Amino acid sequence: MPEDLLQRRLVVVTGKGGVGKSTVAAALGVLAARSGRRAVVAEVGRRGDVLDTLLSPADRPAGGATTDDDDDDGFVERAVPVRGASGTLHHVSISPEAALREYLRDQLPIPAIADLLGSGKVFTGLTAATPGLRELLALGKVWELAQPVRRTPGAEPYDLCILDAPASGHAVSTLSAPVQFARTARVGPVARQGATIAATLGDPAQTAVVVVATAEELPVSEALELEDALGGRVGIHVALGVVNGVLPDRFSAADRDALAAGAPHDPAIAVADVHARRAHDQQRQLARFRRGFRRPVVTLPAATGRRLGPDDVDALADRLEQGLRRLRADGPGTTR
Amino acid sequence: MSAPGPVGLVARLDGARVVVCAGPGGVGKTTTAAAIGLALAGRGRRVAVVTIDPARRLADALGLGTLANDPERVAPDRLAALGVEPPGELWASMLDPQRTFDGLIAELSPDLATRERVLTNPLYRQISGAAGGSHEFTAVARLHDLVADERFDVVVLDTPPSRNALDFLDAPDRIAGFLEGRAVQALLGQGRTGIAARVARRGTGLALSALQRLTGVDVVRDLATFFEALGPLTAGFSARAVAVRAILRDDRTRFVVVSGPGPLPSAEARFFREHLRTVGMPFTGLIVNRVEAVPAGPERDGAAVAAGLSAVLGDALAAKVGRTWDEHRERAARDAEAVAELATAVGDPRPAVVAALDGEVFDLPALAAVRDQLLAG
Repeated sequence: MPEDLLQRRLVVVTGKGGVGKSTVAAALGVLAARSGRRAVVAEVGRRGDVLDTLLSPADRPAGGATTDDDDDDGFVERAVPVRGASGTLHHVSISPEAALREYLRDQLPIPAIADLLGSGKVFTGLTAATPGLRELLALGKVWELAQPVRRTPGAEPYDLCILDAPASGHAVSTLSAPVQFARTARVGPVARQGATIAATLGDPAQTAVVVVATAEELPVSEALELEDALGGRVGIHVALGVVNGVLPDRFSAADRDALAAGAPHDPAIAVADVHARRAHDQQRQLARFRRGFRRPVVTLPAATGRRLGPDDVDALADRLEQGLRRLRADGPGTTR
Repeated sequence: MSAPGPVGLVARLDGARVVVCAGPGGVGKTTTAAAIGLALAGRGRRVAVVTIDPARRLADALGLGTLANDPERVAPDRLAALGVEPPGELWASMLDPQRTFDGLIAELSPDLATRERVLTNPLYRQISGAAGGSHEFTAVARLHDLVADERFDVVVLDTPPSRNALDFLDAPDRIAGFLEGRAVQALLGQGRTGIAARVARRGTGLALSALQRLTGVDVVRDLATFFEALGPLTAGFSARAVAVRAILRDDRTRFVVVSGPGPLPSAEARFFREHLRTVGMPFTGLIVNRVEAVPAGPERDGAAVAAGLSAVLGDALAAKVGRTWDEHRERAARDAEAVAELATAVGDPRPAVVAALDGEVFDLPALAAVRDQLLAG
């Protein structure tokens, strides 16, 4: 059930490109911190989308959030402030290259050899050529973040890791990498690790997916396909659908008739009419999503700010919390 | 004239052989590619539009039923209704990575046996399938084929809707560099020093034994078999990569960055622009989609609107119209600011701005409306 969402160890947020996955991931992180948890939002191979929304401009690192990237030896688990939260929120950006280096240091007895390999062209070339290995290594780091006892020496465990996953198609191949690897590699440490990660991902008590969409035809279609692919073939529990950017559906059918009969040359009426039509189309797509999606669905309003900042994420977290609470109040029978 | 400048965006595409549309997902990039195709066809060019992931209804709208890997021609009478006359033609296709990849292997294989060995290799199925990166790679492979196709004057390429969309720019370099690189040479080796042989003899170099340790012996053996099968194609891949590199850097190739006015798409659009600079490819112009128009008419706020309309609509409805009016004005002002800021950031003094439409673009007249806005820009 979605109300248990934050009780998982790993929540994966995905959806079509451009539907606002990163903001939803950030808002979930804020909710987790408010609930007293120690939470981390992880981005894979990206450049700080989430971090930018969580930090006010003054707190952002000089030169943008993009500076602590790939070439860093380790991972920067940066604490981000959340207003009025009893827990804490952190952010980390995961590059497959850094994940590889960390993994090598774990696996190989002599650190110098690990570093030599990790920076060598032959080895990184071979790793890049092995299908799914980069994805597996990145996911391995995500898994590590979600463990109650961290493998990284001295690292404090998190209660919850929220993964801001890549867009639909890429997400499916990333999330199926562990299973695939466990299957192809059969023996060896990576096969073992693949199996371990796959077991965590496949356990609904530990891992849940949140599928994000906007109320438009293609994002809804992709979200429905994602639910099928992740829930079916990949075998990861899909817990919740989030529809982003929903316009207030404030004009009734009677209102729309009255608008049509009103002052036709008033631009305000034209604007209202366009709004009514868009909201109506959105409601149709939303209904289609609710019909096809087997899990509960919550909606979020369209963002209003010029830039997304901590205040906007806070507001979205409020709305998300309300939506989740409403689902709980409606009871388990309403998982249309 | 291809540099950003005072000329409208479509005019900057005159004489183009290739138009690449890059940008974040969710901003209507596919529609933009189709609208650019329509505009260029209207200027008498024979255009092939390659989309990555189009709405089924876009295909329907073009009268094509479904889009296939091979371009299909949009019926001339449908185009004529939109003011596109011969010699202008519009063709559309959808990238099919698997078929494109298979076709490339078939073309580059020196003989049937090599081809079969590669195509039936289990790792090949994995690499060429949905695994990350193949979209980027096959997009350029397709581009190469279509540029060579004499049926078309210009190819408009939609790019994969992901943050690594621009990987395809480096894809030819990476593939060639990789195949010629030491990693693959280590795997292929020569005769009995090849990796399969070495794995069999258990005498492997440091990198290979580490990879084995990491992935297990089976994976390394599978990889070795795969690259041995691929070996005879290496020269062909490299030659192809050189050809694609030449196409992407040709002065008749244009790069258009497509964005929306929101904060995240804008940030990504800047990133794409920067990436073009990094890889040394020209930037032709900016298109900003889904921009809310500033309403015409006298300046007034929602309260004034509500007061003026309450006699006609009643208080409650008039208040709702007023609230909607305020929201719309706010959003329009914000979008105008965002467009100006983005235009400055990417360095296009005259971006094409496409207004937010009432619905999604799913028929030819709607596509023509987008085209008209591009032409007006």
